[in-house]
Amino acid sequence: MIDKKQVQHVAELSKLAFSDAELAQFTDQLADIMKMTDELNAVDTTGVPVTTHVNGLQNVMRDDIAQTGPSRDVLMQNAPDSANGLLKVPAIMDKEEA
Amino acid sequence: MNFETTIGLEVHIELKTNSKMYSPSPVNYGAEANTNTNVIDWGYPGTLPTINKGAYTLGMMVATALHANIARDTHFDRKNYFYPDNPKAYQVTQYEQPLGQDGYIEIDVDGQQKQIGIAELHIEEDAGKNTHGTDGYSYVDLNRQGTALIEIVSKPDMTTPEEAYAYLETLRQIVQFTGASDVKMEEGSMRVDTNISIRPIGATKYGVKSELKNLNSFNHVRLGLAYEIKRQAALLIAGETIRPETRRFDEKSGETFLMRVKEGADDYRYFPEPDLPPMHISDDWLQEVTDHLPEMPAKRRARYVDELDLPEYDAGILTNTKEMSDFFEAAVNDGAAPKQVSNWLMGEVNAYLNDKQIDLQETALTPAHLAEMINLIKDGVISSKIAKKVFQEIIQNDTDPKAWVEAKGMVQLSDPAQLNPIITGILDDNQQSIDDFKNGKDRAVGFLVGKIMKETRGQANPKVVNELLMAALNKR
Repeated sequence: MIDKKQVQHVAELSKLAFSDAELAQFTDQLADIMKMTDELNAVDTTGVPVTTHVNGLQNVMRDDIAQTGPSRDVLMQNAPDSANGLLKVPAIMDKEEA
Repeated sequence: MNFETTIGLEVHIELKTNSKMYSPSPVNYGAEANTNTNVIDWGYPGTLPTINKGAYTLGMMVATALHANIARDTHFDRKNYFYPDNPKAYQVTQYEQPLGQDGYIEIDVDGQQKQIGIAELHIEEDAGKNTHGTDGYSYVDLNRQGTALIEIVSKPDMTTPEEAYAYLETLRQIVQFTGASDVKMEEGSMRVDTNISIRPIGATKYGVKSELKNLNSFNHVRLGLAYEIKRQAALLIAGETIRPETRRFDEKSGETFLMRVKEGADDYRYFPEPDLPPMHISDDWLQEVTDHLPEMPAKRRARYVDELDLPEYDAGILTNTKEMSDFFEAAVNDGAAPKQVSNWLMGEVNAYLNDKQIDLQETALTPAHLAEMINLIKDGVISSKIAKKVFQEIIQNDTDPKAWVEAKGMVQLSDPAQLNPIITGILDDNQQSIDDFKNGKDRAVGFLVGKIMKETRGQANPKVVNELLMAALNKR
């Protein structure tokens, strides 16, 4: 059920490029993972509510008080490139817009 | 062939908070680029988000004001996508369990009431701002990244551009009254996406919809939708099919232009946000929010018309913002006639605000001062001409109008004991005008009034002058 095309699609969504060999390898791996989830589906979960979190925490919130972060120069040290206080990135062009 | 139109609107509203939705970075419009950010906004590894209680509460207020069912138990979800305006590569939103569901608002188009359904309302975060350079690069400012947003999705209940306009106007007023947002299209704190389709009347299935972007005002929404109806109808009549498109509204031509054809659904791979524990709204919390909800604009409008005898039009303008409406009520409570307060607010005050491009609360004007000035006019202490000068003073400075007109010698002359000698003097000097008056030339009266006003440097009370003059003329 998992084919190369699907893996290619997921890779594109994640901005990853794979070689043909990698694509084949990941297709097999992903298929294995999906097989495992199918096995999990065999467990009877009747009456068990949908679970999104398991640590039992709830309503962890902070008050609406502003705190100034690190200076721009400090944050920029991990940016690939910047100009005039702005992050500089290769021109963004929506694929479908082009 | 005749068609019917189906319109649905998605509205994003920036919540008025001190800090962002999931990080404590400050939120303020117009700050220097990338200075309102921290490691969470930049998506640095190892950072963790936290939920802004104030923002969540504002979301609950809006949901309540829109009569939505509040989801007591919710969790956040990740919407995954890559774009430089959001370095985390996902937006934290409420996809599976939106905060509010199945609400409605009442709109009024040309006296016709209609209920428009709200499918859902959820809390999420804004993205940063990209500027596309001409040098092959884009430039990113992350100040807006993480700002608290609510998205309000209507049901496809609107059938005309006018209904869409009324929906947006009503929604804007309601949210403005809750205090949850400034809801200003021009500052981007309110943004609108529209979905529109048409189908032959009687058809059971909706037509293929197009989405409009670049709508910078409610009027553009109305014009863009009207254009779309014509465009889609022309295609269908010509036997062509409509594609699912995203189109851009061009304000110069009033037309819409293709941006892109939508191929398949977007693939955002949503999953529950593991870094934020789920939310539960207790009865107490919800009650607290409901208790703090101010009276809504529709209710106030009805009260202004029924109890204060204001025209519907006035009531509509006065409830445009809560600040204006509160101001109006305070001035009325201070003893001024409602219609007079309304006239001043809709006339001189609004003209001043538009001219200076500021809000009412940025002026020095107080309800007490406006009420006092209105009563000075009513009591004949100042003329309406002098009132304009007084108004300019009290809107710019915290000045007591009564004390000011007295100090400036602007008090109107209404005392017959002072006015009569002046009138007598002028009549004595103008026998020709008296003769003209006796011969039925009414223009002579105006001439004489002019003389008297000139003599008193405009301070004579025109009404009193007229009375005294007529009496004096008839005695001659």
